[in-house]
Amino acid sequence: MTAERTDTQVTADQVQEPAIHVQGLEKSYKNLEVLRGVDFDVARGSIFALLGSNGAGKTTVVNILSTLLQADAGTATVNGFDVATQSADVRESISLTGQFAAVDEILSGRENLVLVARLRHLKDPGKIADDLLERFALTAASARRVATYSGGMRRRLDIAMSLIGNPPVIFLDEPTTGLDPQARIEVWQTVKELAAHGTTVLLTTQDLDEAEQLADRIAILHGGRIIVDDTLAGLKLLLPPAKVEYVEKQPTLEDVFLAIVGDGEVGDAGNDRTFGTDE
Amino acid sequence: MTKHFFGDTAVLLGRSLRHIARSLDTIITTTIMPIAFMLLFVYVFGGAINSGSDSYVNYLLPGILLITIASGISYTAYRLFMDTKSGIFERFQSMPIARSSVLWAHVLTSLVANLISLVVVVLVALLMGFRSGAGVLAWLAVAGILILFTLALTWLAVIAGLSAKSVDGAGAFSYPLIFLPFISSAFVPTATMPGPVRAFAEHQPVTSIVNAIRDLLAQQPVGSDIWIALAWCVGLLVVAYAFAMVVYRRRIS
Repeated sequence: MTAERTDTQVTADQVQEPAIHVQGLEKSYKNLEVLRGVDFDVARGSIFALLGSNGAGKTTVVNILSTLLQADAGTATVNGFDVATQSADVRESISLTGQFAAVDEILSGRENLVLVARLRHLKDPGKIADDLLERFALTAASARRVATYSGGMRRRLDIAMSLIGNPPVIFLDEPTTGLDPQARIEVWQTVKELAAHGTTVLLTTQDLDEAEQLADRIAILHGGRIIVDDTLAGLKLLLPPAKVEYVEKQPTLEDVFLAIVGDGEVGDAGNDRTFGTDE
Repeated sequence: MTKHFFGDTAVLLGRSLRHIARSLDTIITTTIMPIAFMLLFVYVFGGAINSGSDSYVNYLLPGILLITIASGISYTAYRLFMDTKSGIFERFQSMPIARSSVLWAHVLTSLVANLISLVVVVLVALLMGFRSGAGVLAWLAVAGILILFTLALTWLAVIAGLSAKSVDGAGAFSYPLIFLPFISSAFVPTATMPGPVRAFAEHQPVTSIVNAIRDLLAQQPVGSDIWIALAWCVGLLVVAYAFAMVVYRRRIS
């Protein structure tokens, strides 16, 4: 793991401090107080889930951290850089995958990737694009306009665009909203791989299952503040100890769906998997 | 961050030029209305209009060119609005690029698209009998005025594109601009208009711009019209740019 972390260009100083440090963050829209003193830290290479209902201010936090919005009060640093005073350095350190797949519909998938690689001033954008298309099973669709892609394919392309340039911190704002179960599992897999390679991931979600599946730490944003911030195990301790009960385990609809559609095991369905779910 | 300004603008310009190349209908629909006006005025109303010029199509073309630009820039507002709506605008703003290059790419694209539309309209006018003996310098002067006018209206379109709440809103601001030439010297001499209308017509930007272009193409001395026209274009450009920047800064902070 440590060997792989070197490619995210982390200096010795930075390792000591958290990848994201947020303190006393406040933000209001006109009379609506959205954030009233948000504090949390995200350790390097970890997955941090910001949990909250619609309108809790998750996107506001992400937008402040990605320098799209200015906080009214409080401080925030990303990769050691202050979001207010060193915003250019922050942008150099991050990638943002917003709530809606921010891809160019008129360009092809490959052109989207090349565009981002060029804007990040990288060498050989074509090769970077081809590698990512391969990794995200989009090679066959690479020359097609993104307007023809399915929701899952768009989201994969969106995330692929965010990985270009290997930024040490990635923000994923509700990455699986609107995806079918299979596409959701693919996104989860990608996020786990990212963290395994040393990337710090901050994701927002209102899907408890998602937080449980992915996050090293979970914070709940409610009423403009972080009301809990702990590991999953820690959060479970907040409730009375588990009782042992015997309950007949019925398959969930998701289990049934995934079993029928196939997880790459059944002949045709297996072939299908690369593109089939995406049509 | 300005060290990448030209490179980033070029990359993003390439992107939006691809948009245009893949939706040529935006160029065609831009030219349809001005061409229709030109046909209508030359072949239907033209016979009854005493423009004091030998050829009505020669008289009419400058105003038609301004209408072409006014209708073309609504696509700039549309494209910018779609970028903000799809979230790709925010993606670009969160990347390590020269941030203003996102706007400049749209502005330059507008210039390219409008120049193509203008060439199409001039070609149609040639088919309809438009002729000019103007030399290279006069044509360059005409092109310069049209480019300035396009830039001024484009920055207006940037304001609309960044602040619109719906697609219709993004495009609707151009309607008054399209009809402004009707209350000017574009179609009929202002001398025939009743007092207040005439006063408005003679003191709005279109009249001086139309007169300047018309005189340049007809190889007439342009007089003070060209300076008034330039003053309007530059003044509009500066004001529109300043307001666009205010809207833009509010948007990204």
